[in-house]
Amino acid sequence: MIIAERKPVNEIVEMVKDAKRVLVLGCRGCVSVCSAGGEREVELLSSLIRLGKQKQGQKAEVIGATLVRQCDKEYVDEIDQWQGRYDAIVSMACGVGVNFIANLRPNDQVFPAVNTTSFGGSAEQGVWSEQCAGCGDCVLHLTGGLCPVARCAKSLMNGPCGGSVEGRCEIHQEVPCIWQFIHERLNRFERRQDLERVAPIRDWRSAGHGGPRKTVRDDLTV
Amino acid sequence: MAFTPDIQVFCCHYTSQQALAEGPEGLAADGFPANATINRLVCGGKLKVSSLLAAFEQGADGVCVIGCRPDECHNLMGSQRAARRVLAVKKALEELEVEPERVAMFHLERGFHPEFVRVTQEMNEKLQQLGPSPFKGEKR
Ligand code: SF4
Ligand code: SF4
Repeated sequence: MIIAERKPVNEIVEMVKDAKRVLVLGCRGCVSVCSAGGEREVELLSSLIRLGKQKQGQKAEVIGATLVRQCDKEYVDEIDQWQGRYDAIVSMACGVGVNFIANLRPNDQVFPAVNTTSFGGSAEQGVWSEQCAGCGDCVLHLTGGLCPVARCAKSLMNGPCGGSVEGRCEIHQEVPCIWQFIHERLNRFERRQDLERVAPIRDWRSAGHGGPRKTVRDDLTV
Repeated sequence: MAFTPDIQVFCCHYTSQQALAEGPEGLAADGFPANATINRLVCGGKLKVSSLLAAFEQGADGVCVIGCRPDECHNLMGSQRAARRVLAVKKALEELEVEPERVAMFHLERGFHPEFVRVTQEMNEKLQQLGPSPFKGEKR
């Protein structure tokens, strides 16, 4: 899922300083699962925005609501039901949601309530870690299912770099050297030969270095 | 003129059981501040961050949460969960540049205990020093 975390409240209050009526909009997708922008967080942020405004001696009307998703037009269009009742939207969805609202609603001011950080997962309660960087040309079939793009500090394609100590990355002591894990896993499956193959220089255009990426499925477009 | 803070006390069933059995007069006689309101929860684990924030929205100058000792909680983790939520509120207050001391967690022995009264008195004194809640900007 997409991982996000809420921005500091004072930054959000500053974004909406000129708005008397604020629509705080959560998303039931990834940000609900990572507890950054679901229903519960909408309730909290609404309260915090009111408190922030109260502190400045202003009264603010805050509507809190949560859409099924903010990355699909049909759900974003549901914002129509609050039309005329807000001066600004604070989106608690990932950056995709904020962009979608900006794309689809030319007359609405929209502000981000979260920092979108990565694609990851949660192996223990309350902790999320990055697993994939969305590079557009997946190599997991060569690396035992472990991603060197997202999980090696240097995104090496022919690792390890030689700097790891006892299985820990030389850049961040607290994270494992993913290349050590890749070697261990491939050895376990007797796929050492995969490690001997030199990965060619990578074309990073698929990773966004060639401009915004787009997926078109002819079988689904009408 | 001395300022009388509005204190909202959130406490679990177990830590407040006997305090409540004393009744308002009994509690007052023990020295429980008249300006503190008890909000009873079945368990600290039930405490919601939004309830604590709502208390501030409704004009509380400070919020005090009382739960079992961490290792003796009647429901095992309830008071530890409450403490985490208090920390979340402290952090939010800091982000809004409001004194985090306006919310505090106390872990007490279960049943009536002079400590129950003492921590609310302490909170009362602290809030008198801090003055009215900055969230009352409008009303000040
Ligand atoms: S190789 Fe690319 S697509 Fe595959 S997991 Fe890593 S970042 Fe994601
Ligand atoms: S120590 Fe391992 S994870 Fe860290 S940069 Fe080197 S190869 Fe990558």
